[in-house]
Amino acid sequence: MSVARNGAGPGPGAIALTGGLAAMAAIAALSLLGVDQRGPLLILAILAFWAASWRLTVSLAAIEPRGRAGRVALQVLIPIVFGVSLLFLWELVVRALQVPIVLLPAPSDIGVRIANSLPILWVDFVQTFLKAVVAGYVIGCASGFAVAVLVDRSSFLKRGLLPVGNLVSALPIVGVAPIMVMWFGFDWPSKAAVVVVMTFFPMLVNTVAGLSAAGAMERDLMRTYAAGPWQSLLKLRLPAAMPFIFNALKINSTLALIGAIVAEFFGTPIVGMGFRISAEIGRMNTDMVWAEIAVAALAGSLTYGILSVIERITTFWHPSYRKG
Amino acid sequence: MTPPSTPIAEPGAAIGYAGPLRRLGRRMRDGRTVPVLTVVLAILAIWYLAAIGMNWATETVKLERAGEAYGVPDTVAATWSAERPVLPAPHQIVVEIWNSTVGVKPSSPRSLLYHAWVTLSSTLLGFLIGTALGVLLAVGILNSRTLDKSLMPWIIASQTIPILAIAPMVIVVLNSVGVTGLLPKAIISTYLSFFPVAVGMVKGLRSPDAMLIDLMHTYSATRRQTLVKLRWPASMPFLFTSMKVAVAAALVGAIVGELPTGAVAGLGARLLAGSYYGQTIQIWSALVAAAIMAGVLVWLIGLGEKASLKRMGARP
Repeated sequence: MSVARNGAGPGPGAIALTGGLAAMAAIAALSLLGVDQRGPLLILAILAFWAASWRLTVSLAAIEPRGRAGRVALQVLIPIVFGVSLLFLWELVVRALQVPIVLLPAPSDIGVRIANSLPILWVDFVQTFLKAVVAGYVIGCASGFAVAVLVDRSSFLKRGLLPVGNLVSALPIVGVAPIMVMWFGFDWPSKAAVVVVMTFFPMLVNTVAGLSAAGAMERDLMRTYAAGPWQSLLKLRLPAAMPFIFNALKINSTLALIGAIVAEFFGTPIVGMGFRISAEIGRMNTDMVWAEIAVAALAGSLTYGILSVIERITTFWHPSYRKG
Repeated sequence: MTPPSTPIAEPGAAIGYAGPLRRLGRRMRDGRTVPVLTVVLAILAIWYLAAIGMNWATETVKLERAGEAYGVPDTVAATWSAERPVLPAPHQIVVEIWNSTVGVKPSSPRSLLYHAWVTLSSTLLGFLIGTALGVLLAVGILNSRTLDKSLMPWIIASQTIPILAIAPMVIVVLNSVGVTGLLPKAIISTYLSFFPVAVGMVKGLRSPDAMLIDLMHTYSATRRQTLVKLRWPASMPFLFTSMKVAVAAALVGAIVGELPTGAVAGLGARLLAGSYYGQTIQIWSALVAAAIMAGVLVWLIGLGEKASLKRMGARP
């Protein structure tokens, strides 16, 4: 490792060799699974696989590519190699030690379960994500933004609301779930209401902070242009607030999913990701729980990714995106 | 004499004498106390009005059934003192909290203090372990290029997924192998507080600029010395900021961790029991207790932050 840091990194031959070793160890372990259950040979093969795949990650991480494209490709490749080898290790360990499925299902079990219950997963996804999360997220973020723009006109309100908003953002707001279930019934509107409450304050606080992010110089410039408050809001301060607003949108995308899922633990019709998780865990079907979690993780990271792309397009001027 | 805080350049500043009352007024206007109090009072006022509106229908039905003549003031009074209101009035919540903290023994399961302690203990245990692990991993990532390139992307990605959804499974699976009580909840709090600390500390340990690191290099400091004398102190603001996030997350984790075991003890259990039996005042008081706990925990970390930054000579 220390050698590689000074030099240009290992050559392609060395990487291919470690990769081949890892693959061989994996094949050996897989073929031993049926024969040498819990035996020393199998354990040895698994250890060899882990050592070889770790060496592979290490040597990949030591490469210093010259071009920008190579750097980006490596940035994506290394976590994938690492993640895949970790998943494979999980599979091997679970199957070699015959861990009961209730404790920890193997990734392949989870994959099979996902493939077999796509309709159920889709219905749950529609109920929780497309209905509750999206509705609550849009309403919560929009109202937080609107209140922030209104509050921004009054320094008194700003000074009063900002500390309160900051405090509320740190509170365990998920706890309002039982109340919302009482007010809005068992179906998705109550979950959307929880999401609204959860997403409102981060948006409010961030937008208020963002609206004061424009520099004094630029504001003076707007004054010399005789720009009215709305003009300077639209043309200067809102664009300057964009990084803050996107920050809130990103935080809220995770919060919204958490809020909707947890709210379903408090009462729901017999559909939804949170309902499925609590119902299937009651029947000890952990593979189904993991399948729902995989869907939730996918939905969460996709939302985050989409928001990041939109952010890059809208705030291309921001210093953190400049090439160089 | 004009006090130095009075802006001389302000139009009209020289006209008239800014007496002590005026100065007090200005301080109140420019400070945060009065605006915050105003906002809080406005929230309370809206709350009372909302309580009238939301409890009106059920309470008029009740009064109707009682058969006696009643006016609007009676109805308003009834909406503020209903037994199972749709929205309890703030004073009802305060009374409930008072009764269930001071009115009963702290060891009895009817005491809110007992439930708060159950939640607090697993929150704190999980938070401490999570923070320690997060710091350790951040140091590891700092020193290992491989970990940085392979593990760090996953840790960042894990912030975008609702990890809290695993909570019921952790509880139930651990219960099924005989691990019960404090530990399963603390594990949930641990992993919820672990990620923000790890991410924040990696940022913090890398925050000293190249010039300072070069300086350490010219002192021929070892990696360890650079870590202890430069990177660690420089990362303190990051540590405290992420600890504030982490402790709030740990509390949420502990509360959610109390749900699947079926309302045994803890603030989450109070929430769940309240929602089973329609005890709205109980739900709200548990919620307020959780809010107070979160506020106090974040405030305590803020105190620690101020103290440590002051000792290290940072300007506030």
